[in-house]
Amino acid sequence: MGKDHILLKTDGLVKHFELNQGFFGRKAIVQAVDDVSFHICRGETLGLVGESGCGKTTVGRTVIKLYEPTAGKIVFDGQDITGLKEKEMLALRKRMQIIFQDPYASLNARMTVGDIVSEPLDIHGLARGPKLREQAMELLQKVGMSPDHINRYPHEFSGGQRQRIGIARALAVNPDFIVCDEPISALDVSIQAQVVNLLEDLQHEMGLTYLFIAHDLSMVKHISNRIGVMYLGKLVELAESSELYKRPLHPYTRALLSAIPVPDPDIAEHKQRVILKGDVPSPINPPAGCRFRTRCQYALDICSQLNPEMVQVGAQHMVACHLMT
Amino acid sequence: MADIPVSGIHEISKDKFTPLPARKKDIADISRPSVTYWGDAWRRLRQNKMAMLGMYTIIFIILLAILGPILSPHSYSDQFLDKQGLGPNNEHWFGTDSLGRDLFVRVLYGARISLAVGLVASLLNLTVGVLYGGIAGLAGGRVDNVMMRIVDMFYSIPLVLYVILMMVVIGPGLKSIFMALGLVYWLEMARVVRAQILTLKEQEFVMAARALGASQARILFRHLIPNCMGPIIITVSMNIPLAIFTEAFLSFLGLGVAIPMASWGVLASDALPAIRSYPHMLFFPAMAISVTMLAFNFLGDGLRDALDPRLRK
Amino acid sequence: MKNILEVKNLSTSFFTHAGEVKAVKDISFNVGIGEAIGIVGESGSGKSVTSLSIMNLLSFPGKVINGSVCFAGTELTNLKEKKMQLVRGNEIGMIFQDPMTSLNPVYTVGNQIMESLLRHQKLNRGEARKKAIEMLSLVGIPGPENRLNQYPHEFSGGMRQRVMIAMALCCKPKLLIADEPTTALDVTIQAQIIELLKDLKDKINTSIILITHDLGVVAELCSRVIVMYAGSVVEKGTTRDVFYNPRHPYTWGLLKSIPIVNADHKERLIPIDGQPPDLLNTPPGCPFCPRCDHAMQICAQTQPPLSQLGEQHLAACWLLHPGAPRVERGR
Repeated sequence: MGKDHILLKTDGLVKHFELNQGFFGRKAIVQAVDDVSFHICRGETLGLVGESGCGKTTVGRTVIKLYEPTAGKIVFDGQDITGLKEKEMLALRKRMQIIFQDPYASLNARMTVGDIVSEPLDIHGLARGPKLREQAMELLQKVGMSPDHINRYPHEFSGGQRQRIGIARALAVNPDFIVCDEPISALDVSIQAQVVNLLEDLQHEMGLTYLFIAHDLSMVKHISNRIGVMYLGKLVELAESSELYKRPLHPYTRALLSAIPVPDPDIAEHKQRVILKGDVPSPINPPAGCRFRTRCQYALDICSQLNPEMVQVGAQHMVACHLMT
Repeated sequence: MADIPVSGIHEISKDKFTPLPARKKDIADISRPSVTYWGDAWRRLRQNKMAMLGMYTIIFIILLAILGPILSPHSYSDQFLDKQGLGPNNEHWFGTDSLGRDLFVRVLYGARISLAVGLVASLLNLTVGVLYGGIAGLAGGRVDNVMMRIVDMFYSIPLVLYVILMMVVIGPGLKSIFMALGLVYWLEMARVVRAQILTLKEQEFVMAARALGASQARILFRHLIPNCMGPIIITVSMNIPLAIFTEAFLSFLGLGVAIPMASWGVLASDALPAIRSYPHMLFFPAMAISVTMLAFNFLGDGLRDALDPRLRK
Repeated sequence: MKNILEVKNLSTSFFTHAGEVKAVKDISFNVGIGEAIGIVGESGSGKSVTSLSIMNLLSFPGKVINGSVCFAGTELTNLKEKKMQLVRGNEIGMIFQDPMTSLNPVYTVGNQIMESLLRHQKLNRGEARKKAIEMLSLVGIPGPENRLNQYPHEFSGGMRQRVMIAMALCCKPKLLIADEPTTALDVTIQAQIIELLKDLKDKINTSIILITHDLGVVAELCSRVIVMYAGSVVEKGTTRDVFYNPRHPYTWGLLKSIPIVNADHKERLIPIDGQPPDLLNTPPGCPFCPRCDHAMQICAQTQPPLSQLGEQHLAACWLLHPGAPRVERGR
């Protein structure tokens, strides 16, 4: 199983949400994700960064078919899964899983930890009766939790422990691919590192492939092989992680990187910041042409007329900006 | 901790500075005792004196209604023609009515009818109401829209109209009351559950269940409804006294239970023509109604406080 | 430098049905005029409770049980609620974490800013309006005349946080307490807000207490840092002291658990093992002892005192005692 074997590939992925505005109101269309193409190789971690509302979570949920894509194609392990019905997806659900951001909302508060972790086994008929409990205990142990806690309820655990329970639930079906949807952003700094280490260990041990979604750029850099930067539903840059940090090409990537607060007073004092003006425009009415142009200090005439295409600028480096062509 | 310089601390023996043996730093340690949602709610309910009083009163009324008529030597329809309109005395604790029937037994029978009405209302709430609201909320979109408009339609017709309709079709009696309640009493629950589920189904744990391939039924019964239990219980406990009161009110108007069956409403209405001579005949059924209503409302209020997640720490 | 705020031996507890939760234990610090200090700690470290204690905003079952808070010569802990209201919003401004819920949705933004001006500064409506417009443009909101008449839902998250800052600053408070002001915001907006706070500190000489869990934000903005753990101060000093010469194992752990952005090759992260202590039943001794790599016998028995390490640098750890073995910071 080579590293260049592509496990997941999206081609022109589009997801629009209809927003009901009142009973008789006109329907507004939120263009959450627009024409996003990327691939993830087996055993690889692809990071996806961007600010809230950029569509990164929607991408994560669409590739595992929690949302039905509006257009485009999703290919998982050579199989086109775009048009599959929920029944046909059932077998694939065992192979693709998701870990959520909020360790409080992502666990059912009325179920015991054991029930939560063993539910996937029950759904897919992978274990029955006492075997179910046994496996739940093994899973808890695998994520560093004590199997004695199997009868406790989620609210008795701290944020980091709950996140581990969420990971154990995702691992229960022995998946190939896990979407990590901001799994650490709700955790304390010292606990974040614990969870990231756990995810890395599990990746090596089980050969997992991750789509790691986050807004914390330093953590994403640490865990990802390649990183995609999203802005207002579009993928604007995609590169190997060290390449992206050393040679960011898109003006938005540059602004994003320079905005990271550095925990070093000397560097912080002399840092030249690119401060972006204003806010992210609404995805209901995104700007024509390049979506970033309203906040871009280098914007040209062409930017308001033509949407920039992704172009190859390096071995693994792609960028969508008129300045680069 | 005071800001003392190190040199100011008195001498500490050397062995205190030996390293602790290597310990396993347990990331899974929990030191607090296990407290479940229901355990916590029960603790808070117990602290509420009025709610507990309400609960004990309800239990007492239920026991009386079941056991009372069995233990009493008189039956609810036995007439003592020599003892018409007696006041409370040793043999007849609540006295007798104008036809010489024992009022105590009749009030206890009334309790049976009232509790049966409450039971039917709560069963309807729990089955039809929860299911209907749950399905509407989970399905969403057009299905939800149609289902809730049907609820609105039922809501728009007054209850008395249903009762009169039922009486015309199947004649007066308990049956028509039950049927009328059946048409109306699940509506509020359906609305409550639907609203809860609409917010709950957007939460990540539901998303997680879908990602695991859980069926819609599983999501509804294992994930959504257990998380609505608080509001469901509160709605039931508020609806029971309402149903009891409605029955009493309808029977009082002559639209409900027929003589010789003795519902509290019937007893009160019987007492009216003779209110000047026999005021006790109105007093006892009225008191039974008030005490029951108060008890259920106290308990309902207490349950709402105990189960409301906003009050949870 | 004169101090605007002096906190001495402040202790705050919450009396819950399960027992006393010691949220803040005997902390002391001061804030100079025009100075920005950072209070750093993880959730449950007592940093937010500290700010609420200063503002006298604790609600049942929380209570300040000991210590004093002296603001510009006035003792705040026993001040009457009426008098405290004149301090709050007027002399001490406060910004909260969540800009979505800190504004009242049924009033226009202008109304909410003008409210405290009308109340505290006794301005008439015209003056208050002018002042509100001035404040909104100070915090970088374009078109303030029109924005004044809009409702909070018409503002984005970053804009609302700016409105919050404008509200907190409109009475020219001597002290601004910012409780996680950028946590709910995106990085580019966070950068905007940090620059804004920096700017305001220099322009109107406001003192700032910045409460955060993000060491990066502190490094950018503050001249001094207080590190809290389980309700106690474990280390405090100038930002350079704490970042370049940390002496407490918890501070070491915090600094080590952040990945280095500029690292060329991938290194494994070094987390702090274990869980933060449950404040309901804290063990005797140092609260960090169960998670500390260098714990000694004494750490499990007696809480360490704060040792003076430099003019402003203090840390509470037994390793700093002359009798203790020398331990070097890792990495």
